[in-house]
Amino acid sequence: MLPGLLRCARPISTRLAFIRPLAHFRPHMDPDPSRPVERSIRTKLTNTLQPDHLEVHNESHMHAVPPGSESHFRVLVVSSRFEGLPLIQRHRLVNETLKEELSSCVHALAIQAKTPEQWGSNPALAKSPPCMGGSRGDHTVEEKLKGGRE
Amino acid sequence: MNSLLRSTARCLRSGAAVCLPRQADGRAWPASARFLCAAADLQKDLSEMVKKDKVVVFMKGTPAQPMCGFSNAVVQILRMHGVDNYAAYNVLEDQDLRQGVKVFSNWPTIPQVYFNGEFVGGCDILLQMHQNGDLVEELKKLGIQSALLDAEKESK
Repeated sequence: MLPGLLRCARPISTRLAFIRPLAHFRPHMDPDPSRPVERSIRTKLTNTLQPDHLEVHNESHMHAVPPGSESHFRVLVVSSRFEGLPLIQRHRLVNETLKEELSSCVHALAIQAKTPEQWGSNPALAKSPPCMGGSRGDHTVEEKLKGGRE
Repeated sequence: MNSLLRSTARCLRSGAAVCLPRQADGRAWPASARFLCAAADLQKDLSEMVKKDKVVVFMKGTPAQPMCGFSNAVVQILRMHGVDNYAAYNVLEDQDLRQGVKVFSNWPTIPQVYFNGEFVGGCDILLQMHQNGDLVEELKKLGIQSALLDAEKESK
């Protein structure tokens, strides 16, 4: 567990090109205008799934991508729209909603899709496994990241 | 038509300009058509690949050396259930495969898991199936006895 704790404690470095004073220190739930992808994900999931509870976590800092990237996300969506749907259909619904992001800058998307009842009985956010460096030197990830910035 | 697809794919793979497949009147197929032919060939291959083995995983890296935490999680879960004999395709070795499998499965991310030719999901779904007991049941349907059942029996 210690490596995981160290990862959290490591300060997120800012880009040298411009200054973003407090952007990185906002609680993750606040929409951040300097994080367009995160905002877009939140907006689309809210509009399409009318969730009772929604969490959008940018986990890019946990992976082998430049600081400030918006390439790896974890979303937790609690919605009655998922009632009666098997897991795969729930995930397909989320994928479809975020089709544009997934075909451009988002390289990885971890999904938890629960009904309000399921969330009530187990209100826990799953944790992503540790990165194994696959994005390092991966030119397709670089392409996707460039796409996000444009 | 199949022979055209195969010869097109062969030509594209070998990169030889001289063996361009020709239309009936001798004109070369336009580049876009040739590209589509190769892509169609891959989709056909994928259709066979996912049915050839009971458990098929498209992942980053190999089971011995996964190159992604999510792919590694799939490998670990299968290992826990004693599933060691499965087909694993490394998408990092082949960008066409990497893109093609996303189109084939209509699923945007890697890893991707297939049971008996049917798409199951990615890491999240496999993990939840493992946690709620569904994975043991699905493996049973494939004729695979999960190692966790044996472990349970031994502890009783």
